[in-house]
Amino acid sequence: MSEIFPYILDGLQIVILLFAAPVFAGWVKTLKCWFQGRTTAGVLQPYRDLTKLFHKDIVLAENASWVFRFTPYAVFGSVVLAGGIIPILSVDLPLSATADIIALISLFTIARFFTALAGMDIGTAFGGMGASREKTIASVAEPAMLMAIFTVSLVCKSTSLSQMVQVIAHGEFILRPSLAFALLAFALIALAETGRVPVDNPATHLELTMIHEGMILEYSGRHLALIEWAGMMKLFLFAALGIAAFFPWGIAAANDSPALFVAALSLILKLTVAGVGLVMIETGLAKMRFFRVPEFLGSAFLFATLGMLSYFMLE
Amino acid sequence: MSISLAAQINSILAALILLTAFGLLVQRRIYGLLHLFAWQGLFLSISTAVVGFVAEKHHLYISSLITLVLKVIVLPYILHVLIMRLKIHREIETVVNVPITMLIGIALVIFSYSLTSPIRELSTHVTKSTIAVALATVLLGLLMMITRRHAVTQIIGFLSMENGLFFAATSATYGMPLVVELGVGLDILIAAFIFGIFFFHINTAFDSLDVEQMARLKEED
Repeated sequence: MSEIFPYILDGLQIVILLFAAPVFAGWVKTLKCWFQGRTTAGVLQPYRDLTKLFHKDIVLAENASWVFRFTPYAVFGSVVLAGGIIPILSVDLPLSATADIIALISLFTIARFFTALAGMDIGTAFGGMGASREKTIASVAEPAMLMAIFTVSLVCKSTSLSQMVQVIAHGEFILRPSLAFALLAFALIALAETGRVPVDNPATHLELTMIHEGMILEYSGRHLALIEWAGMMKLFLFAALGIAAFFPWGIAAANDSPALFVAALSLILKLTVAGVGLVMIETGLAKMRFFRVPEFLGSAFLFATLGMLSYFMLE
Repeated sequence: MSISLAAQINSILAALILLTAFGLLVQRRIYGLLHLFAWQGLFLSISTAVVGFVAEKHHLYISSLITLVLKVIVLPYILHVLIMRLKIHREIETVVNVPITMLIGIALVIFSYSLTSPIRELSTHVTKSTIAVALATVLLGLLMMITRRHAVTQIIGFLSMENGLFFAATSATYGMPLVVELGVGLDILIAAFIFGIFFFHINTAFDSLDVEQMARLKEED
């Protein structure tokens, strides 16, 4: 029983990811409505949207190739797999032992690569424009992301996420400037990677400014539902990754039910706070001009590099 | 507060000083620069007090207080008044290629880290790890003076270089004698006044504080 328990837990974590991600997305939307003085549709609205989309028929363009039909499943699959790697509730995960954080980032990259391909596959102008913009951002965001992650790995002497969580949560508590810089860089990159306000507007349908929306403009029915769901999960996973790498206190080290209960409670608490932080950033900032984005991500790269340097210089 | 905790706080403050130095390098708005400069002074002042506590050198408390008054309140106030009088407070300066400047800055940090490694080997002070940051702050201030065209921003670069030197003194030798620090503080204050007079003259002569204009100061061929 005790050998099979981690596998059950990994499965449980994926189920939590699947069903908590829309609630988290709904929480962010609700908060945003409160901040902007609008009435809300409730935390469960993303579920209704997804159900509606799953019941609709698919409209495919005549020249859509297999890439276009395959992409929603590739995106959804890679994001679900990422959910099995990130320690959300417990550190003792069989999948986490097989893949480290570099593999995790490449999973997200696969999802992004296929989305960009699908955007271009259909041959509309908006799809190509969105894909080109997405790749421009990715080419700057991904080195910065790796740099930030490497800083945390340097501190913890490992690239395995479970190991990193254990070192930070149970090691001696030290004020580390390197981790503070890495957190700052991670926050900036997470905004860019999940398509939030200073970089991309998740709610926009204005053709000139959309990036992620531009690529998925031609999707409908269950394809769109899968992509939207994957987008919500990506937001949830970036929040969970940030929590795991920088604020892991409370996560279950051993797989017994009291520890898991505490872990679930602290996860809910941290995600609630993360949502408030995200909405404060999104409400406080305006979307920046596209050509300013490389500068924004360049400063994220700078923070990550400074974090790595200050690990060598100051610690 | 234990010694190791104080050393950790000091390294956090060193990281913040480095961060503000980079912020000065890329900030476009003049008021933003002033605020960043004041923050740098504040971090420097707290760091000096922490070093004073660790090393049990009580004259460092006085120099921390001097830093607080001079670099967080008086100098930014003087520059603020100057900017208001010269009506340049709405100006947004073009900075030459921010990403390249940042990369040069990172290279300077690495350079100063390798340059100070012998000192770090020899030093027995708690603050030995922050010497590299202090030297990097000096070099970043110098870089700022080179890459900016506006006279006011060059002066802020100069003052941030002075911050770096002060930080180097506290982290390498637990601070200079109080007499020297008082003298330097007075010098900086006098320099700020002289800069102010210069600004007025440059501004009346060229109608701008862009030092590129000074290239016109030559005889006709």
